[in-house]
Amino acid sequence: MAEVRIQKLKKSFGPVEVLKDIDLVVEDGSFVVLVGPSGCGKSTLLRSIAGLEPVSSGTMTIGGRQVNDLPPAKREIAMVFQSYALYPHMNVAANMGFGLRFAGTPRAEIDARVNEAARILQLEPLLKRKPRELSGGQRQRVAIGRAIVRKPQVFLFDEPLSNLDAALRINTRVEIAKLHKLLKATIVYVTHDQVEAMTLADKIVVMNSGRIEQQGKPLDLYYKPANLFVAGFIGSPAMNFLSGTVGDGCLDLGAAGKLALPSRSSVRSGDRLTLGVRPEHLRLGGSGGLVLNATVDLIERLGETGFAHLRLATGHVVIAEVRGEPSFRTGDNAIISLDPEQVHLFGADGNRLA
Amino acid sequence: MRKPASAIAVHTILGLYTLLALFPIVLVIMNSFKAKRAIFNTPLQPPMPWNFDPIGYTKVFGDGAVGLYYMNSIIVTVGTIVLTLLFGAMAAWALTEYKFRWNTVLALYLSIGIMVPIRLGSVSIIQIVADLNLINTLTALVLVYTAQNLPLAIFILSEFIAQIPKDLREAGRCDGLTEYHIFFYIVLPLLRPAMATVAVFTMIPVWNDLWFPLLLAPTGGKQTITLGVQQFLGQYITDWNAVLAALSTAIVPVLVLYVIFSRQLIRGLTSGAVK
Repeated sequence: MAEVRIQKLKKSFGPVEVLKDIDLVVEDGSFVVLVGPSGCGKSTLLRSIAGLEPVSSGTMTIGGRQVNDLPPAKREIAMVFQSYALYPHMNVAANMGFGLRFAGTPRAEIDARVNEAARILQLEPLLKRKPRELSGGQRQRVAIGRAIVRKPQVFLFDEPLSNLDAALRINTRVEIAKLHKLLKATIVYVTHDQVEAMTLADKIVVMNSGRIEQQGKPLDLYYKPANLFVAGFIGSPAMNFLSGTVGDGCLDLGAAGKLALPSRSSVRSGDRLTLGVRPEHLRLGGSGGLVLNATVDLIERLGETGFAHLRLATGHVVIAEVRGEPSFRTGDNAIISLDPEQVHLFGADGNRLA
Repeated sequence: MRKPASAIAVHTILGLYTLLALFPIVLVIMNSFKAKRAIFNTPLQPPMPWNFDPIGYTKVFGDGAVGLYYMNSIIVTVGTIVLTLLFGAMAAWALTEYKFRWNTVLALYLSIGIMVPIRLGSVSIIQIVADLNLINTLTALVLVYTAQNLPLAIFILSEFIAQIPKDLREAGRCDGLTEYHIFFYIVLPLLRPAMATVAVFTMIPVWNDLWFPLLLAPTGGKQTITLGVQQFLGQYITDWNAVLAALSTAIVPVLVLYVIFSRQLIRGLTSGAVK
């Protein structure tokens, strides 16, 4: 296994810059998840690491070796595609051993490695089947097996769970996490699903329009998002945002009310601020901190927890997590309170304040 | 569900067309088993014990040269199919997969070959073949037919190659395969149905052609079967038994080839590759 180091990476398609000055270190044996909305460049970055897309400038090293100009075959990587990309005319065993056949690996060695991978992925009974005779989850496991047998320096996963149904997705997610522990592999994983990112990653890299917005441990991103984009992207349902102006130690949210600013913040009167608060930090009823009046628009019940969609006097809708049986119904007036210590403040430029 | 009335109409039309198309073939085969008098007196009568005469077949198989002509035809047809498919697939792969400077121009140039009949260039072709000392060789025929069939083959195969998922080729590249490996071990196997189609398109005109064998290999034991049959057609006397028998047997090899290729025309070969 090896470290991947990317410095000042740029990639343009004609005049369009799709990757802008990417700096990223994937530590040896770590699980890094690239996450972001569609078109943010995460797949392009992954394909650049794989060598399937040439880069415009910058350097890229895998295990200390510069790979910018090496073809995919020479980079010692293995990629798992969203569409699985299994060779349809070969059975499972041939699919997994195919790359090794051309690397000049002896027959016995190939068989041993294929059997080992099949054992890990519970594919042993399926080795003689063709891809078309497999279910989606099985095909995905074969695609992962094909990566494992090559013993690559780095595993690259391109949205591997997107084509699976919900139950299988959770299952396979757990399998991938276990596999990472077992193989101690360096993994770069692309997804647009932030739950996958939060559960799998050692480090999450949030990307937006070709830039890295923030990288760090999942919970660091959750509790200390660096900017509005990351704050809104990580967490489900998304963080609530309210904009206001600073005036004598308070944040004036207009018709919605005023919030006493936390002592830690260093803001000047007249600054425009955005306040962010996660649904689980909004309480219905109660007092203290900021108290807002709202109308209940909709209540989503998920069982033990639920989400109340609340319309403020300003017309903004905020979402609050509710536990147990709610005492109010759609159309009722409600009072929301929140703890000033739990809010995130973002400046006019969208960056986090202290 | 379709209405029975329109189903009957469709089947009637198709049935009539089948009769029309098969009639001459059936007529040739029927009469090839009949005595000469019966061929002319009752041409529409099937072979019966009283007019049965295998004289045509004994003459055809008794003539040592006819076997040779068959071999020539088979060699030319199979050789043409092999070269057309190999070079056609390679060119189609290059034109669809790789972006290079003259890509579009080259594709356009090759597609002109579909529109311009190669026979317009017969005189120049004879000159080239003569200069290469290839007159009266099967090589000349194979080369000319390959040139004749390549444009359409490239055109059809390009369409099919474009349908092979991009992820498959990229998976191959990540798996450490060279471009040749990807072509021969991933693309070609997946192109089998398309290649069968091209093979059928290629094979029939080549097998039936009289023009180029007449120009390029008319003598020296290099005649193809279509040309070879002409020996039974005289200026004054035509040996109809032999002609009909030779024509009937000429159907067999091309039918066998067709059966081989049509078995490859299985759809959904790529199913299970992606998604």
